[in-house]
Amino acid sequence: MVLDSDKVKKIAHLARLGIKEEDIPGYAQDLNKILGLVENMSAIKTEAILPLAHPMEVAQRLRADVVTEVDQRVHFQKNAPAVEAGLYLVPKVIE
Amino acid sequence: MHTQTLAQISAALHAKKISSEELTRDYLTRIKSFDGSINAYITVTEEEAIANAQRADKLFAKGEAGALTGVPIAHKDIFCTQGVRTSCASKMLDNFIAPYNATCVAKLADAGVVSLGKTNMDEFAMGSSNETSFYGAVKNPWALEAVPGGSSGGSAAVVAAGLAAAATGTDTGGSIRQPAALTGVTGLKPTYGRVSRYGMIAFASSLDQGGSLTRSAEDAAMMLQAMAGFDAKDSTSIDKPVPDYSAELNHSLQGLRIGLPKEYFSEGLAAEVEQCVQDAITHYRKLGAEVVEVSLPHTDLAIPVYYVIAPAECSANLSRFDGVRFGYRCKDPVDLEDLYKRSRGEGFGTEVKRRIMMGAYVLSAGYYDAYYLKAQRIRRLIRDDFLQAFKNVDVILGPTTPTPAFNLAEKQKDPITMYFSDIYTIAVNLAGLPAISVPVGFVGGRPVGMQLIGGLFEEARLLNVAHKFQMETDWHLQTPILKADQ
Repeated sequence: MVLDSDKVKKIAHLARLGIKEEDIPGYAQDLNKILGLVENMSAIKTEAILPLAHPMEVAQRLRADVVTEVDQRVHFQKNAPAVEAGLYLVPKVIE
Repeated sequence: MHTQTLAQISAALHAKKISSEELTRDYLTRIKSFDGSINAYITVTEEEAIANAQRADKLFAKGEAGALTGVPIAHKDIFCTQGVRTSCASKMLDNFIAPYNATCVAKLADAGVVSLGKTNMDEFAMGSSNETSFYGAVKNPWALEAVPGGSSGGSAAVVAAGLAAAATGTDTGGSIRQPAALTGVTGLKPTYGRVSRYGMIAFASSLDQGGSLTRSAEDAAMMLQAMAGFDAKDSTSIDKPVPDYSAELNHSLQGLRIGLPKEYFSEGLAAEVEQCVQDAITHYRKLGAEVVEVSLPHTDLAIPVYYVIAPAECSANLSRFDGVRFGYRCKDPVDLEDLYKRSRGEGFGTEVKRRIMMGAYVLSAGYYDAYYLKAQRIRRLIRDDFLQAFKNVDVILGPTTPTPAFNLAEKQKDPITMYFSDIYTIAVNLAGLPAISVPVGFVGGRPVGMQLIGGLFEEARLLNVAHKFQMETDWHLQTPILKADQ
């Protein structure tokens, strides 16, 4: 078993996911099963092989550093849970 | 009309045998009659559809209609549709009204299609059975106790059930082809970069690709014609001319070299499914194709590699759902961390959370090399297997799935058994290749699909090879018998 409950809690924290205490063992079990499957990768020696990030090995296209978007803040903020004066509201961060 | 192909519907509209409004109303009535038990739509946009149909009819009156004008289709609910809820089948986006159109949606609208609504799917496209949807599972129109496959299960089901003439879908590890196979429709996953991903809610950015679910390869050619092409708004879009797909459908298959990967015809493949595929191979021999064995030696590593790369990319992509700018927010957060954690914990379903955690783990300090980098190295080997095979053959043929549709809840308890239903489709995404699933028969009343895989940007050839088969067979024209809801 690679992941115990404490590790799963740590991962959930890293991913900012609130997981109920009673669900932790179930996630641990499933994640361990998936990691067991992933373990099959160790059958192959890969040191000499270059990682492949893009199937055609195309580099990310760049564009000129100029403004291309118009301001649509009001339009986009219609989907926000809480806004005021054009700002997104969150609980107080600094006392 | 609902059993007709897109091509036939288009011909009827152009011959003025039916108006787009009549046709659209007919589909909307069918949705009301039958979708209660199938659950393939999340949102039906009735008023908008009728208005767009009336607009299409005016184009017909003026003689300005194109091949897709006035044809009623549906969009997978992963594509942003301006002014219409775009939920990705998640509680997280249950209240999200897309502020803009995905490029695919805009291109199809420009081509004149009428959108009937948004189809159900696995939450954030993570699943192979459509059971992870916040809006409930989709049922297979051929057997309501069976799954339609996933993640584009709703799109597959609406086409199979005649609740739309065609539908858009997305495919990250088989999400177009697997549901197409399980519902008896034709599913095309184009080359990575062929169809813009702009406005398509991202799951795994190096694997995701938009495509179509249709009744036939001829219909898939019409859809791809409208959807394909370079888009400056998608940084991974490939700038390459789009061929005339419909014009390429009828080439002779004389001398075509078809490769059968021996790894796809081995343990795990149901004998009845294999028989359907073997019958299809016999048809291809009659059409003049030469059939040879090929090998894709790293096939068994595709699932392990995928379940490192896809969750890693998903954990990064889904970090945008923070309860601040859009989407679900938990009630009464005590501080910012509580807001993030509870909004995400309550907004995402189990499978999505499982994959985010898997991704966060393989990308975390100390594990990155052992998992993520290792997976990317093996990804190269998997890609190279295909490159090697395509030196000797024009297309690769095999089953799309190891079994026909399984029953609801049958594989839900164990994520691993669910993952294996994509065993023949996943490697194609890792290699970025185009592939199509075509109906080739039935086992116990449930459809079986055959997968054809092509070289990069070889969609025209795949459509040609699929179309010639469909000219000889009628598996793709079969329709399920539905019972109207009360």
